[in-house]
Amino acid sequence: MAETTLTHIGQTEPRPAGWQGIAADWSSDQRAFKNVSWGKAMMWIFLLSDTFIFGCFLLSYMTARMSTRVPWPNPSEVFALHIGGSNVPLILIAIMTFVLISSSGTMAMAVNFGYRRDRRKTAILMLLTALLGATFVGMQAFEWTKLITEGVRPWGNPWGAAQFGSTFFMITGFHGTHVTIGVIFLIIVARKVWRGDYDTGRPGFFTSRKGHYESVEIMGLYWHFVDLVWVFIFAFFYLW
Amino acid sequence: MAEATANGLGQHHLNTGHALEAAAAGVAPAEVHQEHPIKLYLVVWAWLFVLSACSYMVDYFGLHGYLRWSLILIFMMLKAGLIVAVFMHMAWERLALAYAIILPPILVLVFVAMMVLEADYTLLTRVTFFGAGH
Repeated sequence: MAETTLTHIGQTEPRPAGWQGIAADWSSDQRAFKNVSWGKAMMWIFLLSDTFIFGCFLLSYMTARMSTRVPWPNPSEVFALHIGGSNVPLILIAIMTFVLISSSGTMAMAVNFGYRRDRRKTAILMLLTALLGATFVGMQAFEWTKLITEGVRPWGNPWGAAQFGSTFFMITGFHGTHVTIGVIFLIIVARKVWRGDYDTGRPGFFTSRKGHYESVEIMGLYWHFVDLVWVFIFAFFYLW
Repeated sequence: MAEATANGLGQHHLNTGHALEAAAAGVAPAEVHQEHPIKLYLVVWAWLFVLSACSYMVDYFGLHGYLRWSLILIFMMLKAGLIVAVFMHMAWERLALAYAIILPPILVLVFVAMMVLEADYTLLTRVTFFGAGH
């Protein structure tokens, strides 16, 4: 612990001046999160900012829904599927929820096997996670197509308050984008794991820095966050 | 290093091999890898399934009013808590990180309160000027 907190007060080296000085003063010897790498800390801070983005979306949805005089369309009926001669309420959304939770489970296992240096299992589990994520996006595309053919538009729909369409496309669209980006990065990191980049210290294509198995955990943080956001969207948009 | 993870439930500390490797790779050896038994993840995974099924049942059985809303919120918070605490390993991080990340979103509740008042007022003016809707 000592090496992270000591800042050599009596140092003789002069501090750099000008722009270099600004960069050096802000970047060196300062460390709030003692046992967390900068990569993980920055992913957490990014996720915090993303929380505010989705928080604002859900807030604007709440405001629109609370302030309209026109009845809100019943999501239970809007998202029902006709299966076996009867309408099953919200069934597609429920399946999507289970798919995303399963992908979170496989991701957690991938992180675990990554730290055990089991490259094969890590890569397979990450690819499985990506596959489940892609399935989720596919089902979302199906859902969008169904709603659009039924006449839902950002400016109106056949069942009630016009804001239903705009908030629906905005919130699920942003979430689907996050899932899609996650799938792409899962495949990239899985390829690195499979090739053994984190064992051989091969420099990354973008940063030219050596990667570590912690990248899998950081990737996992993002993926679990996507699942976390869905928990809130499921509760507030689909179930409320 | 030990005090950072003293409450670690089944957490493995860096063994010598890891530490050497970390040192060779230029990572501060104080960084602790999150290694927990697989069983823990499977149990949490199962709970997430159960809780999701429960929240779906709320809609399937068509519960209404405060019962519905409180159940939705309870299942939502339990799921979110499990994901953040175990899957994202927040339960084993130091409090400095946990508070830095978890406290700010709670302040969003202030924003919620403001927007509830605002929405109520907007609805009131709409009803006053345009009538009670369809």
